[in-house]
Amino acid sequence: MTTNDLPPSLRAAATPIVIVGHVDHGKSTLIGRLLYDTDSLQDGKLAQIVESSRKRGLTVEWSFLLDSLQIERDQGVTVDSTRIPFHLGGREFVIVDAPGHRQFLRNMITGAADAEAAVLVVDALEGAQEQTRRHAMLLRLIGIRHVIVLLNKSDLLDFDQERIAQAETDVRALLGRLEITVEAFVPASARDGDNIASRSERAPWYTGPTLVEALAAVPAPASRLALDFRMPVQDVYRFDDVRYVAGRIDRGVIRAGDRIMIGVQGQQATVAEICRWHAPETPVAGAGESIALRLEPDLVPDRGDLLFPVSGAGEPPLKTARIRTRLFWLRSEPLRVGESFTLRLSTAEHDVTVASIDAVVDLDDLTLAPGEEVPPDGFAEVTLVAAHAILFDPFAPGYSDGRGVLVDRFQRIVGGAPLLGEAELPEGTHAIHPTASRVTALQRRALQGHEGAVFWLTGLPGSGKSTIARLVEKDLVASGVRASVLDGDTLRAGLCADLGFSPEDRRENIRRAAHVARILAESGQVVIVALVSPLAEDRALASQIVGEGFHEIHVDASLALCETRDPKGLYAAARAGRIPDFTGVSAPYDAPAAPRLRIDATGSPESAAEALGSFITTRIA
Amino acid sequence: MSLATPGVVSPRAMDDLDQLEAQSIFVLREAYRKLRPLSLLWSLGKDSNVMVWLARKAFMGRVPFPVMHVDTGKKFPEMYAFREEYTRKWNLDLMLGDCPPVEEIDPSLPPAARSAARKTAGLASLIEKHKLRGVIAGIRRDEQATRAKERVFSPRGAGHRWDVRNQPPEFWDQYATPYEDGMHIRVHPLLSWREIDIWRYIERENIPLVDLYFAKNGKRYRSLGDQDITSPIDSDASTLAEVIAELEASKTSERAGRAMDHESEDAFERLRVAGYL
Ligand SMILES: Nc1nc2c(ncn2[C@@H]2O[C@H](COP(=O)(O)OP(=O)(O)OP(=O)(O)O)[C@@H](O)[C@H]2O)c(=O)[nH]1
Ligand SMILES: [Mg+2]
Repeated sequence: MTTNDLPPSLRAAATPIVIVGHVDHGKSTLIGRLLYDTDSLQDGKLAQIVESSRKRGLTVEWSFLLDSLQIERDQGVTVDSTRIPFHLGGREFVIVDAPGHRQFLRNMITGAADAEAAVLVVDALEGAQEQTRRHAMLLRLIGIRHVIVLLNKSDLLDFDQERIAQAETDVRALLGRLEITVEAFVPASARDGDNIASRSERAPWYTGPTLVEALAAVPAPASRLALDFRMPVQDVYRFDDVRYVAGRIDRGVIRAGDRIMIGVQGQQATVAEICRWHAPETPVAGAGESIALRLEPDLVPDRGDLLFPVSGAGEPPLKTARIRTRLFWLRSEPLRVGESFTLRLSTAEHDVTVASIDAVVDLDDLTLAPGEEVPPDGFAEVTLVAAHAILFDPFAPGYSDGRGVLVDRFQRIVGGAPLLGEAELPEGTHAIHPTASRVTALQRRALQGHEGAVFWLTGLPGSGKSTIARLVEKDLVASGVRASVLDGDTLRAGLCADLGFSPEDRRENIRRAAHVARILAESGQVVIVALVSPLAEDRALASQIVGEGFHEIHVDASLALCETRDPKGLYAAARAGRIPDFTGVSAPYDAPAAPRLRIDATGSPESAAEALGSFITTRIA
Repeated sequence: MSLATPGVVSPRAMDDLDQLEAQSIFVLREAYRKLRPLSLLWSLGKDSNVMVWLARKAFMGRVPFPVMHVDTGKKFPEMYAFREEYTRKWNLDLMLGDCPPVEEIDPSLPPAARSAARKTAGLASLIEKHKLRGVIAGIRRDEQATRAKERVFSPRGAGHRWDVRNQPPEFWDQYATPYEDGMHIRVHPLLSWREIDIWRYIERENIPLVDLYFAKNGKRYRSLGDQDITSPIDSDASTLAEVIAELEASKTSERAGRAMDHESEDAFERLRVAGYL
């Protein structure tokens, strides 16, 4: 943005300010009050709010100004963010109301990500809560530099100076740990209007700014014109025999005649013309403008290729395939090492894999600790590896550089990953750079008519797992489903021939089976695994490896029944001491506590297969 | 090839309209790249004319996808004349969609909502017929409180329903892509524009409009819906400059003249969930 350079005759773009904080701490109320006190409401709006409040047995509920959805009003909770224009002292703002409930964190980020400044609302009685900390952490990760704290509901402390000072110390300490400077700390009551637009009479001791004064002091966005030129290619058009390289300038300035480099290949070209339609013709364009370039020679860059000045002119972007990121995670299942994603960076898309989770944020005290996985709505430092080197400028608060976003194979945005820089190669390791498939789950689905998934059959030896698995495989394939079986004995005859039956070897057997199952499932297969897999812990490992689409199925038959069946004579041999570590006899079997499906294996294998078959059919539809 | 000496010319400073324009162009180019087949809803009103204009800015003077007009048959005659004239002048590939007769629409709805539901049905059949994956629509946040909750790329699942409780994250200019067969994305390039911005931009760019927006005999239309459910406001603003001055002083909502927004508290939300704009 270029507000700083604006001649006074031009109107500046509105400054977005986001209001964040824990659920019910009074964000929506604050905005409603702010709009009312500054006379920013449209005619008739107040009457509507009074009417909607009365209908629900409430006195004036200011939050209804923003909480327009029925569910929001009925539940008294903000679900999605809203943006409303707001005029203050000759300057335009956009106030963004963000939901405080953890379940709607993705909506909070949607509202907050482009804000220039934030107001963190903290309830004076409750103090900082879990979402206060989560939101504060996010403010830092999305790069918001200017933070105002509003101690709301100070009426409940009777605006007592001492108690408010205590609350202030606590909040400042918390934000200090995140390296967030508090620009203003305003004790206020959103409901009653104290220190919102006018000074509170109940806190004569307070000499700091009101909220309105604090907002007026938010600086204009920093200019990106003075930085080195960057333009990610958005698209390439050919209209009437002219080729246009279209994009929006991220930063810097470009002029006709400038020499530029294109993407990682580093081809060079000259800007022959800067093209616009129905606009004053100038041979120059700056950060923020959506333009089209004609290049000489007439090269055809790809979407996502970064255009930047030829070497010698300024700092080049970083180029690396190992990237350190600080991640916020939005998927409802945890993130684990080895998962692959598309990293979207401006208009570019790169295949990346999580190489390591280096540290996870503990939300209770905001410290970093080692961790195996990133929990839903969690934060972590993570190393990503790309299949090829990528170009980027490291993330910096207030700029649009390094804004990585992770997208899963279902095309869903699952996290934000500010790119911090190049990751060191861990010593003594052989760096692996797995490549991700270019085929999406959607394409496979369309081809096959069903999802890939893993159905993991566990049960005592002789319970009928293999028989049932083979029957189901046959039925599924007959009805057009791509199904296959990974059977314990088959695996042990080949892939796992080097393994015995010690607990370690059993675990390794399961680990290998789970990885094979995952590869097959990702390629769209329905995989039925038939493995005794006696230990709950080992099955948990399998579930973790497979991830989404793992179904634990208990093929349930009593030990006594299995022993009388004894189709392979194994129980007899085990009882005679000829087979050591035999599950059920001389090694433990942990029956699953809560399998996705329990199959009664005391009847015929056909009826068991039918039960399993119909379960599978519903899960892959 | 012009060889300018670096440092001589500086870029033009961007004001608020320049920034809105640049962002909308970015959004339109994303839609054209990611969502095919794509089409733009041209209601013939001021916002959708601005949208067509922005598309021409994005694609060097042309609109490289069809525009659609969902014809309720109840528009003002001036609007049909405008449609003919600018389809030709702007070289638009125009697709027309009919709406089912009002008798086929749920009779339990209040009258204006029922009329809006007709338009939704007309739009739905155009989307099905052309198997559209992207539909560009000119809604704005400042028009209506549930529109204020919208995304720039707003996914519509089976039956074109808007799942308001479960919208995807949208940040750092990364937008949702369709992830299921049969779904489409509503693209809203004007979401951040305010009514006054639209008028100032029309003035700056000299974008043509039907003259129903300008006062005659003390009345003008601020928003143009169907003839039977839109009413004019009292106004003497007969030029662009006067309209802008009037809006700068006004505190009433643009859609105050639209009946369906006022029939009950949740009427508009229900219309939108069912696929209305
Ligand atoms: N006593 C007192 N109550 C307040 C004050 N501000 C808000 N409240 C009440 O706190 C409750 C929650 O307010 P909201 O504005 O809905 O809270 P929110 O932070 O927007 O909640 P979410 O958006 O759901 O996270 C309401 O019942 C308000 O009336 C205040 O200054 N003093
Ligand atoms: Mg709220």
